[in-house]
Amino acid sequence: MALNKKIAYIDLSTGKIETKPIPLEVRKRFLGGRGLDAYLLYNHTDKGVDPLSPKNTLLVSAGILGATLASATARTHIMAKSPLTNLLGSSNMGGFFAPELRWAGFDHLVIKGKAEKPVYLWIHNGEIEIRDASNLWGKTTTETQWAIREELNDDDVKCAVIGPAGENLVTFASVMTGIKDSAGRSGMGCIFGSKNLKAIAARGTMDIKIAYPEDALEYNRRFITQIVSSKVNQTQGTLGTPFIWGATNSWGGIRTRNFQYNQCEYADDIEPERIDEICTETMGPYHMAGCFGCQVHCRAQYKIPSGPYAGKYDEGPEYTSQGAFGGEPDCKSAVTVLTGNHLVDQYGVDNLEIGSIISWAMELYEEGILTSKDTDGLDLKFGNDEALLEMIRRICFRDGWLANTLADGGIQASEKIGKNSFGYLIHVKGMSNLHSDERATPALALGIATGSRGSDHLRSRPAIDLYHLPEEVLRKVYSNPVAYDGPLSSEHTSYVGKAWQVFWQELCYMGVDCLGICKYHTTFLGATLPNFEDWSKVLYYNTGLEMSPRDIWDVADRCYNIERLFNMREGLTRDDPKKGDTLNHRYFDEPCRRGAPDVIGAKIDRKKFKKMIDEYYEHHGWDENGVPTAETLKRLGLDKEPSHLV
Amino acid sequence: MEPTGKVLMINYEKCTGCRLCELVCSVMHEGVSNPSRSRIKIIKWESEGLYIPMSCQQCEDAPCVNVCPVKAVSRDETLGRVVVDYDVCIGCRACVSACPFGAMGFDVIGRKVIKCDLCDGDPQCVRFCEIHALEYVDADRVSVLKTRDAAQRLSVAEKEGAVLLAQA
Repeated sequence: MALNKKIAYIDLSTGKIETKPIPLEVRKRFLGGRGLDAYLLYNHTDKGVDPLSPKNTLLVSAGILGATLASATARTHIMAKSPLTNLLGSSNMGGFFAPELRWAGFDHLVIKGKAEKPVYLWIHNGEIEIRDASNLWGKTTTETQWAIREELNDDDVKCAVIGPAGENLVTFASVMTGIKDSAGRSGMGCIFGSKNLKAIAARGTMDIKIAYPEDALEYNRRFITQIVSSKVNQTQGTLGTPFIWGATNSWGGIRTRNFQYNQCEYADDIEPERIDEICTETMGPYHMAGCFGCQVHCRAQYKIPSGPYAGKYDEGPEYTSQGAFGGEPDCKSAVTVLTGNHLVDQYGVDNLEIGSIISWAMELYEEGILTSKDTDGLDLKFGNDEALLEMIRRICFRDGWLANTLADGGIQASEKIGKNSFGYLIHVKGMSNLHSDERATPALALGIATGSRGSDHLRSRPAIDLYHLPEEVLRKVYSNPVAYDGPLSSEHTSYVGKAWQVFWQELCYMGVDCLGICKYHTTFLGATLPNFEDWSKVLYYNTGLEMSPRDIWDVADRCYNIERLFNMREGLTRDDPKKGDTLNHRYFDEPCRRGAPDVIGAKIDRKKFKKMIDEYYEHHGWDENGVPTAETLKRLGLDKEPSHLV
Repeated sequence: MEPTGKVLMINYEKCTGCRLCELVCSVMHEGVSNPSRSRIKIIKWESEGLYIPMSCQQCEDAPCVNVCPVKAVSRDETLGRVVVDYDVCIGCRACVSACPFGAMGFDVIGRKVIKCDLCDGDPQCVRFCEIHALEYVDADRVSVLKTRDAAQRLSVAEKEGAVLLAQA
């Protein structure tokens, strides 16, 4: 059946490999993917472990529905204690790796220890081999993948790899597969590097038995219609995620010049239509590509049209690259965005984090906190495209004092730089905020402040809050599968009911992350997309596992609480500016300077924000300090953790 | 039953490379997710962003039919397809060697040769391909659509030529 895929325990220090089945009981409690990874991390790491030490445990997994007919079941999840935040590290990526891992016989890899010299894992039809990777060390992400295929003489091998940034222990290095699919956030590539693990290669021809093939096919066909009939997905399928950047920038929701403005003006050259034009000119009219089994196909293909990297093929750029290499550093050139995107893909580093951290350094340079002596003569001012691209390279190779400092991550860098540099750092829990500006949207601000992996839009963002949907529509979405009769507001500037929306979205995203489905296939950007009710059906048709929508909700709740327990164990406290559920003071003190009438002048109200956090804790069943209560843990069966079931 | 004369038309440039066709093919025929048991396969040149779906061409004068030593492979004119009679097939794989497109595969789990059977007239790969990279159309449409595309390119070229001529 679809549930016979195994869990492998791999010790890179000793070379010992053990494989075990995943008990049904564990499946019912944690499903798979991110949820089960969280359980494994909590159970397989000790409190206070140094993220870069062999004792940190690295988890790589597919969702329980990976490679099945539940639509876009492509996601690979990666988890460990983060070297960037010293809290929970977690990131997932699309592409084709997770399905291949499942066809090769595995759902979860638990990787411990550290190899003596560079190695990669070769996973093939139930077998796992640790192979020498000395000749791969130093190669870029794509060079590595093609070299592994050549070595194994198989073009269908799929790899999760690191590039130079991961090897150089940049704390926000990504793990990548294919051309651009990245598990970028929270530095999982750095953990690969710290274990001398260059890559994981998988290839399999083992069955994943579908429990009810006819029903699974029919429901998938229905799913596709539902998913592609959503206007937002149709636009994603033609312009890709850049369209979100364009729309958000138009009303003033894009942070610019680190945090000085909330709109990037005169940015025609990086608008989605312009990016699309370049894709069409270089790759033809059909230039959108998709991850495994996905009919949204949001990924654009392009070649860099000019400059030192002219002619290089890449994919994207996503919303984040537009923000990271366009809006934030105020570099308004398409070629810069496309080049920056290419560099981060090749070096294997989180585009969002590196763009944000360079923009932060640019503001510090402008404020005189950093000088040209610190930058080795580089004129690190806003709008200097060449300096931006040069800094990307320097950070990935830790070239020079400043780059080496920034490569350690924002908080550690601020401690080295001093002089109130921390006050300019736009982060939560040490991870940089997305380049969106949340001052006019309290729900979004609450989401980034409380996300379990630090500031993040893919942990809980109630993006549909921006659509001003009628209250009855909101109620329909947010009252399932558990009843909610508290207040809700259609107004995005309001604080009313937002805590519930964030809480609901957290469990919704935890749900898809356990199943291994992409967030574009759930209630993220569109209110009509599938969630708990549909998941209950696809789970049954594909795996035979009977779980009600409410059961799946409870799993998500349980898994989110495990993540919270991990963070509490690692020192999270509510108001800690470095590790807490807080925002940079500028969210409260500096009003928006640009944007639509209901955005300009907006800032977050401290008192109301605090109340929102209180409400949010209450929905979760946490006390006023954000600690899960004994009653909550008992309800979710987490009162005896760590329980070491697997 | 009247012969349908329909063929599986592949619009190569439209394919997004998602491989849903491989998934539905293996679920439809074998009840499992396993691309190695799929009758259709997306061949990729990832470093160039090129994805090409490959499946049986249902040849009129098919090498697999000609090469089969026990006459297990034959043409089914009703659906315009080439079919394998598994009661007769001895699994020698001569057809796999003979196929110039690599469209005759060998299922390592089922221990048999496999090829596209057009799902008995309702190809599931077509039904699930939302971008219409795969279509099931009357045989004459294949060339007509291509002719139209070519004509359009020529027309554009002619107009651009006229502009250049006028500017000269």
